[in-house]
Amino acid sequence: MVSRPHGGKLIDRTVSSSRRERLLDEARELPRIILNSSLAADVMNIAHGVYSPLEGFMNKEDYEHVLEEMRLSNDLPWTIPIVLDVDKKEISDVKEGDDVALYYNNSPIALLRVEEIYKWDKKRYAFKVFRTIDPEHPGVFKTMKRKEMLVGGPIDLISEIPEPFEKFRLWPKETRILFELKGWKTIAAFQTRNVPHRGHEYVQKAALTFVDGLFINPLVGWKKPGDYKDEVIVEAYQALIKNYYPKDAVVFSVLRMEMRYAGPREAIFHAIVRKNFGATHFIVGRDHAGVGNYYGPYEAWEIFKEFPDLGITPLFVREAFYCKKCGGMVNEKICPHSEKYRIRMSGTKIREMIRRGERPPEYMMRPEVAEVVLRHPNPFV
Amino acid sequence: MSEKVKVEISKELYEKAKKFIEEQGGFNNVEELIEFLLKEILEEEEETPLSEEDEEKVKERLRSLGYI
Ligand SMILES: [Zn+2]
Repeated sequence: MVSRPHGGKLIDRTVSSSRRERLLDEARELPRIILNSSLAADVMNIAHGVYSPLEGFMNKEDYEHVLEEMRLSNDLPWTIPIVLDVDKKEISDVKEGDDVALYYNNSPIALLRVEEIYKWDKKRYAFKVFRTIDPEHPGVFKTMKRKEMLVGGPIDLISEIPEPFEKFRLWPKETRILFELKGWKTIAAFQTRNVPHRGHEYVQKAALTFVDGLFINPLVGWKKPGDYKDEVIVEAYQALIKNYYPKDAVVFSVLRMEMRYAGPREAIFHAIVRKNFGATHFIVGRDHAGVGNYYGPYEAWEIFKEFPDLGITPLFVREAFYCKKCGGMVNEKICPHSEKYRIRMSGTKIREMIRRGERPPEYMMRPEVAEVVLRHPNPFV
Repeated sequence: MSEKVKVEISKELYEKAKKFIEEQGGFNNVEELIEFLLKEILEEEEETPLSEEDEEKVKERLRSLGYI
């Protein structure tokens, strides 16, 4: 059985085509809130059930609970607040109970029923979510630039945003049916924002050995400078899957959602999201969703202990490396040899080689994958 | 917090549950464990399935994209 959605029910806040025209007309008469691309992606994700059980942007009670307890006010695990920030002047004539139109790229995409307008303390948010207020942290930096007020309330999606990777974009209701059709009972989800190297492949295949199917679900959308561009990630995975994965054991689709770099908290959030896609297992890597040295390498594993009721099973797969003595990809637990025989898969090292136009060696990156990356004049954000 | 009611269970099971919590953690008391387990079972019923027409649409899209 695929996983039950978080909270028991897959949320659908899309409107039927019969209502759409009327709501679009209505939206044009309403006060407007302009969304950036990350918020627009959140609206799409709420509407399509990726963030089930959320039906909109968080009100203060849920916001506070999530910050303090890492749970919604109904006690369901939830670690990253999903909030809509606005300028005071943007909502000067809006009061609680009103409807507003959410605009993206000059068109109304959703209606929001304003339940609550409240202030937030961005520093406190940063400290709780990122465990630091260091402005060098990309998540903190982004948070501090957000607007001063928050608006909470349910949304209705009236217009789908075009997706450049439409061919590779599946929603939870689609993956759930797909997994069932494939007859998969256990599905391990893999979160990524990277071009796959041999270490990633090892981790995915280690998990796949014990489950029916692998769900590779990279994030597309805002990432920090120096990360791979979305199209490079998508093409690289196509090359890897085509050449090295059994076709019937893998589903690849993208998720438009911003990286927050919130380490442990984001690991839980990523797991919840994949539970909504129907995954039963979630692969948690070393320093999952980490950045710099803000989080300990295994903090993202530790935090799962606090959520016995998560409803998706974490798979803690050790980091893989190539061992010259073992003669293959191995990990700490199965290789007895010393560091001098081990070649670590360093994403940073690989990126440096690519920047210099060098082809990473085959024990680090599959040649077909390297080919894709090197074909792009500038593969980085 | 919602209103509470009393439920009786066998002492033997209660002791087992208590021991389980002591060893495994994750719950503060037996009430919490029982509430969690009941929710797990009962909420299963809540999911509303897609209409046949919607499901067919999804399958059609999955076919057209080559997923099935
Ligand atoms: Zn070895």
